[in-house]
Amino acid sequence: MSAGLMDGKRGLIMGLANDKSIAWGIARSLAGAGAELAFSYQGEALKKRVEPLAKELGSDIVLPCDVSDMASVDTLFADLKDRWGGLDFVVHAIGFSDKNELRGRYVDTSRDNFLMSMDISVYSFTAVVKRAAAMMNAGGSCLTLTYYGAERVMPHYNVMGVAKAALEASVRYMAEDLGKDGIRVNAISAGPIKTLAASGIGDFRYILKWNEYNSPLRRNVTTEDVGKSALYLLSDLGSGTTGEVLHVDAGYHVVGMKAVDAPDIEK
Amino acid sequence: MSDVEDRVRKIVVEHLGVEEDKVTESASFIDDLGADSLDTVELVMAFEEEFGIEIPDDAAETIQTFGDAVKYIKEAT
Repeated sequence: MSAGLMDGKRGLIMGLANDKSIAWGIARSLAGAGAELAFSYQGEALKKRVEPLAKELGSDIVLPCDVSDMASVDTLFADLKDRWGGLDFVVHAIGFSDKNELRGRYVDTSRDNFLMSMDISVYSFTAVVKRAAAMMNAGGSCLTLTYYGAERVMPHYNVMGVAKAALEASVRYMAEDLGKDGIRVNAISAGPIKTLAASGIGDFRYILKWNEYNSPLRRNVTTEDVGKSALYLLSDLGSGTTGEVLHVDAGYHVVGMKAVDAPDIEK
Repeated sequence: MSDVEDRVRKIVVEHLGVEEDKVTESASFIDDLGADSLDTVELVMAFEEEFGIEIPDDAAETIQTFGDAVKYIKEAT
């Protein structure tokens, strides 16, 4: 169906952790459509996870990057430029917050964790897009991941909801900045998926059940679902779309009340 | 040997790439089986999936050894 759609296109995937990662669903979808991929990781623990996955998709470009360190981000893009010269797309699947603050009240968020969450989860995408865009021609595409907790209050999501709201706003501003050069910037707002990162969020199984029972499609989404939508936004299929937050959430964002047929959930 | 033990051992062996006979009751995931901090989270996620249970964070922190995991899962299922 999508074979050949990404032939000759090269892109960077940031934030892959393991085969449960949303970034893995996206990477597989892109590779399946013919894209050539590079991956970045932070720290040795992730390196040993990313390398075999990259290999599985025929990539041997696995580079370190700490997005809180601009010198490290510069080095990453300099390395990519040496190898490839240009870049067609970038996927940013990175966020971070102290998990002790992903429970309880948002209002208790510490200043240190607020600043760190905004730095890693929001500013990093701006820093990455700036450097990626400098290597892109018209037709380039940048993608980040967000969550409905940016728009509505979700239990335990707290400071990440505030950070994702800022991330979504940054997508709109960068879409304007780079649109003149034919470069698009979008986000996917994925429904809850049990990833390594989600393991830091309290009551996650309850959240999954709630979404399964109450979303219009009456199911949770998979990393494959997100991968297919990412392919649309990163390929020429999405050529007319920028500044968009695309919900890949089984329709949950249109729901205003618990479904009448949804069973009660025991916590 | 119980069914729970077999299933937990299989997950540990596959995930950490260790020899089956190293996975003894007192074997610590981190100290004896070479797990890093992400491995311990991934193992707990794999146990949850295999046994259809939820292991809350405060319980997950108490699961340090193979024996701890088997005991917790037996009580939870």
